[in-house]
Amino acid sequence: MSILVDSNTRLLVQGITGSSGAFHARGCMEYGTNVVAGVTPGKGGQLFDGQVPVFDTVYEAGQQTGCNATMIFVPAPFAGDAILEAVDAGVELVVCITEGIPVMDMMRVKTALRGKKSRLIGPNCPGIITPGQCKIGIMPGYIHRPGKIGVISRSGTLTYEAVWQLTQRGFGQSTCIGIGGDPINGTSHLDAVKLFSEDPDTEALIIIGEIGGTAEEEAAVWIKENYDKPVAAFIAGATAPPGRRMGHAGAIVSGGKGTAAGKMEALREAGIAIADTPATMGATLIKNLKH
Amino acid sequence: MNIHEYQAKQLFGRFNVATPKGAPAETPEEAEKIAAGFNTSKLVVKAQIHAGGRGKGTFDSGFKGGVKLCSTPAEARELADKMLGHTLVTHQTGPAGKVVRKVLVAESVDIAREVYFAILMDRGTGSPVVVASTEGGVEIEKVAEEHPEKIIRELVHPLLGFQPFQALKLARQLDFKGDQLKAAATLFSNVFKLFISLDCSLVEINPLVVTPEGVVYALDAKFNFDDNALYRHKDILEMRDIYEEDPREVEASRFGLNYIGLEGDIACLVNGAGLAMATMDIIKYAGGEPANFLDVGGGASEEQVTEAFKILIADKNVKAILVNIFGGIMRCDVIAQGIINAVKAVSLPVPLVVRLEGTNVDLGKKLLEDSRLPIQAATDLSEAAKLVVAAAKKV
Repeated sequence: MSILVDSNTRLLVQGITGSSGAFHARGCMEYGTNVVAGVTPGKGGQLFDGQVPVFDTVYEAGQQTGCNATMIFVPAPFAGDAILEAVDAGVELVVCITEGIPVMDMMRVKTALRGKKSRLIGPNCPGIITPGQCKIGIMPGYIHRPGKIGVISRSGTLTYEAVWQLTQRGFGQSTCIGIGGDPINGTSHLDAVKLFSEDPDTEALIIIGEIGGTAEEEAAVWIKENYDKPVAAFIAGATAPPGRRMGHAGAIVSGGKGTAAGKMEALREAGIAIADTPATMGATLIKNLKH
Repeated sequence: MNIHEYQAKQLFGRFNVATPKGAPAETPEEAEKIAAGFNTSKLVVKAQIHAGGRGKGTFDSGFKGGVKLCSTPAEARELADKMLGHTLVTHQTGPAGKVVRKVLVAESVDIAREVYFAILMDRGTGSPVVVASTEGGVEIEKVAEEHPEKIIRELVHPLLGFQPFQALKLARQLDFKGDQLKAAATLFSNVFKLFISLDCSLVEINPLVVTPEGVVYALDAKFNFDDNALYRHKDILEMRDIYEEDPREVEASRFGLNYIGLEGDIACLVNGAGLAMATMDIIKYAGGEPANFLDVGGGASEEQVTEAFKILIADKNVKAILVNIFGGIMRCDVIAQGIINAVKAVSLPVPLVVRLEGTNVDLGKKLLEDSRLPIQAATDLSEAAKLVVAAAKKV
């Protein structure tokens, strides 16, 4: 099984006619995702790659195609609005790939999401994939295989490392969810852990975190009280200097808070196995599966 | 992005946040002129650098203190002369210190009371938060550690904004009374307007002072701006002082590369911030010292990759380079071509270890092999780290 996406997902791509949007829409279609619509204002009526109808608004796309998820490739200055548009049209799952959205835009978007049925993943994320069924995002499909391990990560390529380590050792993934590298996002580690805890076919979790904020610590506290299945984690940025933004807007140690050491301590406290190095993420989880 | 104190004053002025009179000077003569214009015997000359601890710092000449009081324009000129063009070392600059190119000449004020007032974004709630304390003029982290009960936090509703009653509440909590109460509350509201209007990630006023005459001033301020929002604040972008930044980082940003210079001797070029951090970590775990953080990002062009390489090679400390690419958006053949072009454009002076995986990996590997360049290929992260650490030791 899986969480949030599967073979029933009907995907809209906002920004489908832009170069990134087009490239990745094709990537998802090649993987087998059911891409049913695209939205680019002004290009409504066109047909993307001869198969996918393009609309001017998310509302129209929803009315005509029944899309229940959207992948957003809209440039940062306009991406907040694109998220709001999808939420307003009632799209249940909104996956925002865009990096560079101003923090205050996300502050307002997140507030607007309260009480709405839509779930936001991201922004600044690689997306979400249920191997063998549905890929929404920019991850390379071939490294994944269907299985029972849930993967939750703030990173893109570091996630692929972990997934590839698991796949090569014969352990597949139920769903991999990239929550993104921004300080204010739609789905936290804890939100994802709770979703996985309700999926009977996910038998273990890998959590990949990094410096900045307290999301991993919050997940650890909940896991300690509520989740019995094996969990392994890796926290990137042990060698990052304090006060510097390490690429991701959310990857910054400020005022002594959000250090890798602090996160690893909180996770260990919760009985979570910590991978010493990024090379041993998969192996660390697998070792704990055997217990 | 950071700004100087004198620039913070200008921004405060724009938003009616009271600060003592002052203006920046680039020469001792200019300093004297500015001081004369204030017509007062209470003056202060402050070195302008992007670092705290200036008051206790020392100049390369041996002259002590980057914040000095004086009484006449002539003294202001002398002090400016001792600071301008000299390097100031404080506990926040690192041992290399920073060259002082401007000083702020201002009216000095007597301080009856100091408080701390800051606004930042609270990630957990996704809203702005005001952090304040009656313990001003000291390091807030110390206060948080030793007297956590003296830290006041007031969450601000993300859409409603900072309400007048909240400003009043905070002013009372900070012991303002009588005429000062409204003055302080107004100041707080204006700082919040500034915070939101300019897409700040931090505005920290330490200290916020009350003079014996009862005037409330923002005496010193630190600003951080949301880098993601600078595109919509060209005026703030113009305040950027590239002299305060690592020249390697300035060069990298010209090509849209995310580069942070560190002290070690093993350079790395990675796609993805998380993987880049993890690559730095594993170099350290394998016994090496990372020379930098470098994320070429998701859609890096061949030119960006080439330029990234040149910046890495130009760093004289670097003894070996590790390229670690896991292709998602980033295609391994584009990276390989970029490496090949860069190596050809700038003769490779140090060992290079390349580890590729992901989209078009076979094509990328083939391109590297066919180039006949001296590249050590690694398959996994562990091997890559070991190879590059060993290579750096051989040099």
